[in-house]
Amino acid sequence: MQIAVASGKGGTGKTTIATSLALSLASLAKVRYFDCDVEAPNGHLFLKPEFSESTPAVIRIPQIQTEKCTACGRCVEVCEFHALAQVGKNILVFPQLCHGCGSCTWNCPENVIVEVPNPIGTLERGMALENIEFFRGLLTISEPMPTPIIRQLKKRVHPQPNTINIYDAPPGASCSVVETLRGVDFALLVTEPTPFGLHDLKQMLGILSDMNIPSGVVINRDGIGDDSLEETLREFNIPVLLRVPFDRALAENLASGRTLVDVYPEYRNALRDLYQQITEIVGGKTK
Amino acid sequence: MSTQNSRAKQLIILSGKGGTGKTSISAAFAHLNADQEEPRPMVFVDADVDAANLSLVLQPGNLDPKEFWGGSLAEIDPEKCINCGACSAVCRYDAIFPDPKNDQVQWIDPIACDGCAACVYACPEGAISMVRQQEGNWFQSNTPYGTLFHAELFPGRENSGKLVTLIKQQARLYAEDIQSQCVVIDGPPGIGCPVISACAGTDLGLIVTEPSLMGLHDLKRVLGTLRHFHVPSVICINKADIYPEGTRAIREYAAAEGIELIGEIPYDEKVPRAMIEGKPVTVLFPDSFAAKAIQEVWHKTTSLLQLQED
Amino acid sequence: MKLIISAQNPSLEAQVDRRFGRCMWLVLFDTETNQWEAFQNPGASQSGGAGVAAAQFIVDQKAKVVVSGDFGPNASRAFQAAKIEMRRFTDSTTTVQEAVDHFIQDKLLK
Repeated sequence: MQIAVASGKGGTGKTTIATSLALSLASLAKVRYFDCDVEAPNGHLFLKPEFSESTPAVIRIPQIQTEKCTACGRCVEVCEFHALAQVGKNILVFPQLCHGCGSCTWNCPENVIVEVPNPIGTLERGMALENIEFFRGLLTISEPMPTPIIRQLKKRVHPQPNTINIYDAPPGASCSVVETLRGVDFALLVTEPTPFGLHDLKQMLGILSDMNIPSGVVINRDGIGDDSLEETLREFNIPVLLRVPFDRALAENLASGRTLVDVYPEYRNALRDLYQQITEIVGGKTK
Repeated sequence: MSTQNSRAKQLIILSGKGGTGKTSISAAFAHLNADQEEPRPMVFVDADVDAANLSLVLQPGNLDPKEFWGGSLAEIDPEKCINCGACSAVCRYDAIFPDPKNDQVQWIDPIACDGCAACVYACPEGAISMVRQQEGNWFQSNTPYGTLFHAELFPGRENSGKLVTLIKQQARLYAEDIQSQCVVIDGPPGIGCPVISACAGTDLGLIVTEPSLMGLHDLKRVLGTLRHFHVPSVICINKADIYPEGTRAIREYAAAEGIELIGEIPYDEKVPRAMIEGKPVTVLFPDSFAAKAIQEVWHKTTSLLQLQED
Repeated sequence: MKLIISAQNPSLEAQVDRRFGRCMWLVLFDTETNQWEAFQNPGASQSGGAGVAAAQFIVDQKAKVVVSGDFGPNASRAFQAAKIEMRRFTDSTTTVQEAVDHFIQDKLLK
């Protein structure tokens, strides 16, 4: 089972729910946690992994073997991202614009382009609380592209039966969220009952309908807002799987790095129920 | 005061972590500026283009969408495809499969396609072409508090950085036209491409953080980003009384880094209440603790922006 | 000597455009003949790498000087490699003609 935890709006409690879901399920199955919010990853603050592996996340960028280059300019012409420019007989490479697609390499008539790894972040792996296998991607500061790191992070292991993979998504509704959602069985949407939460949730529902991924909602900070969220959920026929009322003491505890199930152990059962509902929705869909 | 043609100062509001209150604070800034005897003409930008919320509070009238065309995606003409597989062999984005509707031809998943065109050149039949995509809309609108530039990226699209660059530049040109002194940019979360686009060329970064381990962790990353692009920065702590120990940790961090802490805003349920009413908190609850604290932060921010004028 | 100026419209009276990579027009002015020609900036419509696309065009035009509001790091690298001088508008440069005059008077910022 592969579950992405997403939201649209930032700060709604994705990581709070994702980490406690992982802890609640760890006694039932092998759980893997992927922190796909590679720009601002926070899952490790709660699940406290000991990282045992760290590898660079790289984009393969072109390197021109200048002595053999005829300066024909074909590589510059085929690059959709303008990561190459030609000045006289020299080809300039702009690593931060390069997507690592390989188009220049394949199109070079002289075969003089080799690809070299350009690190843009790191991929880490380690064991966390309750034997959760923890994977984290980290975008290097000043690097623009999170998506290749998410892609590489998710490829670290193949999904296996009887394993629950939980993907903590970045906020927003652009390409990095889509990369996190690719291939998952279910999207658990954590939102809050405010106009901001609702507006951004609608963006997420648009993506999920395009990608044909079933979803359910956790309403966090229940009680701080109005009814428009629930009306929209009814309209879109999206089930509410859990409510977490607003509670100042909880907010303080979460801020200190404690998890929801540590502060209120009764959420363990609630989250297991939630997982049960997810398996029913996913099972119903595949039938 | 500034000379006639001098460039408007640009303030970028960032946080790293989402949901720390950037937009509520930006909206209050818009109102506080407008609510003076002689308001400075000011321009506002919502640079969080895939979760754009500032317009929900500033409530612009007469929205006139302008199309945003981003990059191109590859499309296969099934009439020309001979199913040789040359395209999928070169695709590094796992975007090309047998067409689910007709397994005799290949199909490109638009959600997975990166738009690199490698397949276009690999196809021996010339069956693949690049098709430009409309990736969203952008708006220039009037609000009760000044002119707002915002955008809506279509869900799941790329190029949010380009859209941010576009509305920021439009805002800057407009600011020159109306001789505005200041452009306030409500930034996106994270530190990646839209954030880099949002902070390019800005004069001051205001980091809105919250007193949690998460807030501090992400604050460090966003400060690193602003420093990398040579943007001087200050910090304010939102919901500062939720976890006093966390607030102390941020104060210590700011002191150690030599970054000025320009304000602490207490948690106040008036903030979400104002959001639900679709108004800045300073309009509906001007005497609330949060509104008073935001006012302090605004005064300090404006004076910092002017200090840097000389 | 050929200079290229970023502009909002294709004429000498046009307002300059302080954006480099995504300016709409590039006006080429030859100081020896006083002739000018305007080109649509190929960078303006690019989804990424606009600065490099615009810079490549200017390199291909064999200009010696490029004048705009500001240059990003990628465009700067391309111009340095091509030994094309980068100059910036002053606060009082408003039209393309003024940009040319200010260049001749050596008033533009380096």
